[in-house]
Amino acid sequence: MNLLRILTILLLIQFKAYALIEVDITRGNLSPLPIAVSALFSDNDSHAKFEKILKQKDLGSEISIIIENNLKQTGLFNPLDKDAFLQNSEIAHLKPRFEDWALIKSQALITGKVEMVDEKLRVEFRLWDVLAAKEMLALAFTTVPTNWRRVGHIITDKVYERLTGEKGYFDTRIIYVSEEGPKTKRVKKLAIMDQDGFNLKYLTLGNELVLTPRFNPTNQMVTYLSYFRNLPRVYLLDIETGMQEVVGDFPGMTFAPRFSPDGKKIIMSFATGGNSDIYTMDLENRVVERITNHPSIDTSPSFSPNGKYICFNSDRSGYQQIYVMRSDGSDVKRITFGNGLYGTPVWSPRGDLIAFTKLHKGRFYIGVMRMDGSGERLLTENFYQEAPSWSPNGRVLIFYRETKTDEKGEGFSAKLWSIDLTGYNERQVPTKTDASDPSWSSLLSN
Amino acid sequence: MTLSKILRNTFLVITACLVLSACATKKVTVSDLGGQIQGDVYVGSDTVEYLASGVPDRVFFATNESILTTRSRDTLRKQATWLRENSDVNVVVEGHADERGTREYNLALGERRANAAKDYLMTYGVSANRISVISYGKERPVDSGSNPLAWSKNRRSVTVKAN
Repeated sequence: MNLLRILTILLLIQFKAYALIEVDITRGNLSPLPIAVSALFSDNDSHAKFEKILKQKDLGSEISIIIENNLKQTGLFNPLDKDAFLQNSEIAHLKPRFEDWALIKSQALITGKVEMVDEKLRVEFRLWDVLAAKEMLALAFTTVPTNWRRVGHIITDKVYERLTGEKGYFDTRIIYVSEEGPKTKRVKKLAIMDQDGFNLKYLTLGNELVLTPRFNPTNQMVTYLSYFRNLPRVYLLDIETGMQEVVGDFPGMTFAPRFSPDGKKIIMSFATGGNSDIYTMDLENRVVERITNHPSIDTSPSFSPNGKYICFNSDRSGYQQIYVMRSDGSDVKRITFGNGLYGTPVWSPRGDLIAFTKLHKGRFYIGVMRMDGSGERLLTENFYQEAPSWSPNGRVLIFYRETKTDEKGEGFSAKLWSIDLTGYNERQVPTKTDASDPSWSSLLSN
Repeated sequence: MTLSKILRNTFLVITACLVLSACATKKVTVSDLGGQIQGDVYVGSDTVEYLASGVPDRVFFATNESILTTRSRDTLRKQATWLRENSDVNVVVEGHADERGTREYNLALGERRANAAKDYLMTYGVSANRISVISYGKERPVDSGSNPLAWSKNRRSVTVKAN
């Protein structure tokens, strides 16, 4: 007993001695942490090689800008203007003159070096606590040169994790539906981009209507709804190979697909004769299981991260509400009893919350609640918005928002937005075209 | 199965009556829409096309509903009569929703509406294998407006010739 007490005291002392800067992400961004991101240093030899291979001479600068933008988007950090930096990037990486960085009010500093070694990018970086004059993190890795943007994202992930204590979400991609053309004749394509909007790629040509793409949480497979040959069916798409196939052999519309947390099953709705129920299909043995059997509309299913529960959307009470059941379909419980309609429930990767869309008095809300329906918190309200998708660390939601048209029926737009779980830091996610139905991938590297 | 269907149809008729009787008292409040909406259901003819002379191609629904109104049933009986006379024609019934609902729920709702129309056509002697259904949810509005009148025109099922 005494020993335990002594240990606790020792631990406390230890903890205090190493209490370096940390960022609290559980509250709003009242005062973002001032951080200096020094350009990653490269020698002239590497500059020449970057120029030749990537048409990008000052790769280290570019990477530092990626990191700055990532940090800024979180709302938790305030990357300082490089013009104010006093120390050059090469020396800073070896031994920062902390007084210089403190002078410009920076509390944390990122330095690094990037060079070409045997046709590969070799990257190292350090995170420094300026006030404590201490190194907090140092890492090195190599990758193929074409991955250079990912280098910036990986560094941001590591820095974010070190400073907040939670995994990052920067080395990730967003798949969404790109929209063009008039509202009555929208052309929709599957599009994929890095989380920061770069490396945009279209995965379909726009010949058929496509909706609701969702990532497999364990790999880079995607499931979505396609109207190929005017038969709305759930498809499975391998982003790397471009191979796709219909999921299951259903004699009618299948829709609202999502993967199970282990990535081995697809859960979706099948509609026939005016009734939609929830089914799963095992991707290995192709076994189809019926999960709900009710004459109401049952749709938008989403597994809990441990695979034990499913939340979904049903109008069995007369109106759209959210229900939770065991993954075999038993023990169905309604969890929403507030005013209004509730839809698109989606389980947080952390398991503690369900995000949803709510319609009340003609306004649409994105909100979160616990799995028993308690603790409802509405994060954002607008004319029309829906379909939240979680960042892999469960801290940010991405969704889409549509604007009201004017008297002439013009002025319609659909855009992606993100908001922190705290309800702060609402931002438009820039996309080249109009966009909807976003889905956030898992971390690519891990 | 048949019993439940009869019960359901009875239920639909009763509900439809209720909806209709309810709107009789509401008529005054919607007069500003030029009498084009009754009890949340579009009754105008702006967007309507015709399968043949006197045979409208579409019927309209109340918000979140798939119940056929008296007017809708009248339209569908005309379609059924025309289809019985033109037995070489097959049709697709397209179900649609307005933009004020979540995408996935609207897909299901569109399917439910299309099937409500299909069931009625079958009741009036059109064989099931001549009618296929497809739901477009809120993906294919006819009116791009963001107002109750536009939304009422978009909540529809449309019978389209398939051949």
